[in-house]
Amino acid sequence: MTRWVGNRLPRREDARMLRGAGRFTDDVAAPHAYHVAFVRSPVAAGTITHLDVEEARGMPGVVDVVTSADLGHPGLVAALEREEFVETTMPLLAHDRVRYAGEPIVAVVAEDRYAAEDAADAVEVDIDEVPAVTSLAGAAGHLPPLHEEAPDGVLVDLEMFSDDLIDEVLDQAPLLLEETFRSGRVHASPMEPRTCLAEWVDRDEQLVLTLSTQVPHQVRTGVAQALGLAERKVRVIAPDVGGGFGVKCVVGREEVVVAAIAARMRHGVRWAEDRQEHLTAAFHGREQEYVVRAGFDEDGHILGLRADISCNIGAYSAYPFSCGVEPLMAASELPGVYKVPRYAARARGVATNKPPTAPYRGVSRPQIVMVMEGLMDKAAARLGIDRFEIRRRNTIADEDFPYLGVNGITYEPGSYLEALEKCLAATRAAGWWEQRDRTDDGLVRGIGIANFNERTAYGTATMGMRKMQMTPGFEVAHIKMDASGDVVVTSGTCGHGQGHETTFAQLVADRLGISPDRVKLRQGDTDLTSFGWGTFGSRSLVIGGGSAAVAARRLADQVREVAAEMLEADPTDIDLVDGNAEVRGTPQARISIAEVAATVHYRSHTLTHREEHLLEARGTADPSGMFSNACHAALVEIDPGTGDVQVLDYIVVEDCGVVVNPTIVEGQVRGGVAQGIAAALYEELAYSAEGQPLAGTFMDYLVPTATEIPPVAVHHLETPCDQTETGAKGMGEGGSIGAPATILSALNDALRHHTETPGTERQYADLQHLPVTPAELLSILGAAPSRQETT
Amino acid sequence: MKDQHLVTLTVNGRAHELVVESRKTLADVLRQDLGLTGTHLGCEHGICGACTVLIDGEPARACLVFGVQADGREVRTVESLADGDELNDLQQAFSKHHGLQCGFCTPGFLMLAEAYLSTDPDPDREEVREVVSANLCRCTGYQGIVDAVCEVAQDRRRAGHA
Repeated sequence: MTRWVGNRLPRREDARMLRGAGRFTDDVAAPHAYHVAFVRSPVAAGTITHLDVEEARGMPGVVDVVTSADLGHPGLVAALEREEFVETTMPLLAHDRVRYAGEPIVAVVAEDRYAAEDAADAVEVDIDEVPAVTSLAGAAGHLPPLHEEAPDGVLVDLEMFSDDLIDEVLDQAPLLLEETFRSGRVHASPMEPRTCLAEWVDRDEQLVLTLSTQVPHQVRTGVAQALGLAERKVRVIAPDVGGGFGVKCVVGREEVVVAAIAARMRHGVRWAEDRQEHLTAAFHGREQEYVVRAGFDEDGHILGLRADISCNIGAYSAYPFSCGVEPLMAASELPGVYKVPRYAARARGVATNKPPTAPYRGVSRPQIVMVMEGLMDKAAARLGIDRFEIRRRNTIADEDFPYLGVNGITYEPGSYLEALEKCLAATRAAGWWEQRDRTDDGLVRGIGIANFNERTAYGTATMGMRKMQMTPGFEVAHIKMDASGDVVVTSGTCGHGQGHETTFAQLVADRLGISPDRVKLRQGDTDLTSFGWGTFGSRSLVIGGGSAAVAARRLADQVREVAAEMLEADPTDIDLVDGNAEVRGTPQARISIAEVAATVHYRSHTLTHREEHLLEARGTADPSGMFSNACHAALVEIDPGTGDVQVLDYIVVEDCGVVVNPTIVEGQVRGGVAQGIAAALYEELAYSAEGQPLAGTFMDYLVPTATEIPPVAVHHLETPCDQTETGAKGMGEGGSIGAPATILSALNDALRHHTETPGTERQYADLQHLPVTPAELLSILGAAPSRQETT
Repeated sequence: MKDQHLVTLTVNGRAHELVVESRKTLADVLRQDLGLTGTHLGCEHGICGACTVLIDGEPARACLVFGVQADGREVRTVESLADGDELNDLQQAFSKHHGLQCGFCTPGFLMLAEAYLSTDPDPDREEVREVVSANLCRCTGYQGIVDAVCEVAQDRRRAGHA
């Protein structure tokens, strides 16, 4: 009997992509659709004093020029149901104030994109510019406030896990670390920018919006609310989606504007942004600061942790999750894999004159891992304890599970210490330590580690604690077997590179005893699937796949029942094996599943108990959320002559429970690591003090190429999860969560190893920010004499 | 008045006569006028390489070439690689080594690699990394792409020298 879960099944998605036959939004033909180009604010802050669209209206090919007033000033409101949250509105088009450079003000509609862009240049916008606030430091007391509703610029301010004794404990700790960690503003930047096509279809009384999104149903809700339509009147279709990583798991104002124009004109309208628009006007992420106090005893045990966390959320709260996403995640989950006995956190979301932020792959976990691993490395160095040993002493051990953390979270079994040891062993086997200690070529090398967990597949119970007005969590899958014995599964998740068409088919095939070739996943269409939350937060395989597995199990019961009648056996004695239903112990008594299916469809009169007719089932899943874990290690090399860093080698030991398809898991890990290395060494959306974006193309925003990303060895551990039908845990984000901390750890190890004489104080501060540039490394290495020079 | 030109170009072995506005990019001509939507636009600045096609056998960014500049030229796009449903060796290797996830950048990498492989290289891994660093991928971390190109280079040499 073939078992498909665990199999390196080649991806079902690949052939069409490789033939150029993928169908992305901009590939969907709509020959007569108009094209939209947006007129965007050239300045970061100010008030619109004059808007003249008349010249643009008269330009060749122009069909309409649309302002906020033309649409009735609609907006998107993201809300948290918390007193500490200030609700603000993001207008679809700016009409009085502008709050970031790149904010859309006018939509020009023309016969083609070239004409639309020409006419956009002819729109006159006068703005009375005021000073911009771009940094967290500048936000307090800035006038005028970005939003009148929040005079201090803070849109969310959370005090969590208050502890009256914590300061006393920290003040008396044998080692008190008071540290600041920062991470730069970065961009998910999938290779397909945002794009959409909206058409009104009279026959169905529907606005059909085809777009590149991770969350079709949430887009439907956003569009329906903004335009005042019943949800059935909006159909959202996500065809092939060219990557997302979070920037497409929220609703873009431009997409709603295009929908509004199509509804108004009763004509097809499309929009495709170029990379400059994407970098400067789509959602950003990760600009955060952590001011922490951490106490340790002489043996390196952490005694307490207090964190003051600030997130630069940009100008608006993104719909639907709100700007609470980053602060809430950071404050809730900072302690990570460590046994922290006392903990308190304050987390704020601060508005600035930059584009709004969205959840980006990992959401605050890259930063909290950077903070915890940075503290461990620093405490180890200060106390003279080995870096691995201090982690052993603080990590939640096997006998501690289930472990109730100081943050109120119960951690179910993982392999935290096993991953650490296995990773350390792999670095030794690879000869890293000898390489690090080379002194013959003048290059400086270091080894970094990060051991961490990540909560994945948050269900409604856990998401409900965040108090979002829109609370995601569950999925509902449907499954139907057709008369030929093939199966179609639908899910509200919306894969876009994660290989769901393959992994879902593996889960379903095992339960039905058929080949995965006979299972087709359909997704990304609000009319085709049940309401669901989409693909983000490492949830899809666990919740979407889990619900599909439940549906498949129920369908298998139906197949067994019919087969039992046809074979004159008991349903509990029927096995579904390799396309056949057979009587256990009497395999010659068998019938093909295709024949069962044909009988149910075409000859149901021959069956006695067929009140339901047809072979269809439904399954749901809504786990509370489970922790995957991993240990990363990197070997880096710094050229002290240039400050250039090469990541030479990279090892990941990961545990995501039952692995459905190892190839796909490894691909997710490697891609995530690449994004984490990028955030550590290359990418930053820099802004001038006036709020002008300084990275508008891939020449300034340095997405790494093949020469910057090393091979990544991936080792698997499997601690099955008992919350789900499949035993799987989520794993889409872990690579990008662990890599920034690992690279920082490696750089600090390199600098420490190169410049420090054991037993003496360091001459420079540890690197505790992202990204680290060659110029910084050059100045550090230039200023600090090397150990070779001093001895 | 639009500045229109009559151009003749051969795409994937078929000759086309088209009336093309002078400023229309080759990428838009391929996608909109010829329906060859496998050529994707990732940046429109000539940097990411998703729109890479072959013009007279040489890789080019279709977003930086005007359609009129392709007049009289032979253009090959990703749609030329497979024989019906039968993927060529390079396409098969990309799948085998998981060199694609979302698939958006993939046509550009395939055409870049196709041009490189046509030079009959005998590469080491570092050379292949250098070559494919011309294009950007956001999903894979490049490992599978490099593995695939290395394998096909070796296989084609072996077959060529057999």
